[in-house]
Amino acid sequence: MPLVLPPSVLGFYLLLAFSPRHGVGQWLHDTFDLQLVFSFKGLVLASVIYSMPFMIGPIKSALQQLPKSFSDASYTLGYTEWQTFVNVLLPNIKASVWTAAILTFAHTLGEFGVVLMIGGNIPGVTRVASIAVYDSVENMDYHSANVYSLILFSITFVMVIAVFIFNKYKAKSPLE
Amino acid sequence: MITVDIEKKLKAYQGQQVLKIARQFPLGSIIKIYGPSGAGKTTFLKAIAGLIQPEKGKIQFGDALWLDTDSGISLSPQKRKVGFVFQDYALFPNMTVLEHLQYASPNDSWIARLMRMGKLETFTDHKPEYLSGGQQQRLAILRALAIKPKLLLMDEPFSALDPAMRSVLIKELTAVWNEQGTTVMIVSHNPQELDGLVDQELYFEGL
Repeated sequence: MPLVLPPSVLGFYLLLAFSPRHGVGQWLHDTFDLQLVFSFKGLVLASVIYSMPFMIGPIKSALQQLPKSFSDASYTLGYTEWQTFVNVLLPNIKASVWTAAILTFAHTLGEFGVVLMIGGNIPGVTRVASIAVYDSVENMDYHSANVYSLILFSITFVMVIAVFIFNKYKAKSPLE
Repeated sequence: MITVDIEKKLKAYQGQQVLKIARQFPLGSIIKIYGPSGAGKTTFLKAIAGLIQPEKGKIQFGDALWLDTDSGISLSPQKRKVGFVFQDYALFPNMTVLEHLQYASPNDSWIARLMRMGKLETFTDHKPEYLSGGQQQRLAILRALAIKPKLLLMDEPFSALDPAMRSVLIKELTAVWNEQGTTVMIVSHNPQELDGLVDQELYFEGL
């Protein structure tokens, strides 16, 4: 669902779920003194929920492309499913894992709807770069918006280049 | 004695067919399995190894009951621990020749002997993509042999080897099998390659 839901809708439901007045949010607040709404921790957790499919999709696809005989061979040598995953499957999709991790991070860095809903826009606490860009434009401060945008653009550009260099052009597409 | 009496549904050209095998094989023997493509030879080997589950049947290896669908017994491949040479070799791209054998066995002297047998001593640090087809096939055979299995299942294991290499390797493998009392089942399409070696033959009719 996080893949197809509008970020603001997902953010709204997470805001309700994390609310310290009821449900899971109340339990977390009462048991662990953990407040997720309008906090950086909540913002990170919401971003993880939102971005998880972007990580899982390419990794699942990479695993499915490995021949089944890899795991079968490992089982006949006496290794469990977990040992096979760690020793055989994971090392052979390393490039896909790195690619997915870097692109998911870059994607999360620019996330707007979910983080605004959960974190609000508290300077020094939950104001992230993408929100700062919006905030600057709202205040007609185009210079700051330009600086923030340039920083975000540079970071994501470097990441995409890094992915291609890391894969040494082996991947057929950036998400493979 | 190895007793196999299994039924497994297979997708065939004419739709779904049932593969039925009921045979006994003496322990320590070499069995040649042959028949047309798609007849279920690989499925038969995988069912014995525990990699696929027959709908019905029983597999007994010596005193050990590996499968009995009536009583719900089905040992995992890890517990059956048969050596398996896959038709596509199933070599791990992340491991070198030496790492493949070390993954299968902690016994260094045994690994060294296997390396010599497969003439791969000079390729220890090579990953599969840098080996020829014949070298890859030899590595697949050695890896299966590295666990010193009581039962070795080989799916067209010599298809990529030149006649001279094949003949030398088979001779050395036979010595190891005799030494360890290994029962060997070999799927082969080549009528001559196992001449004088086979104790029993199993023919699969097309489904």
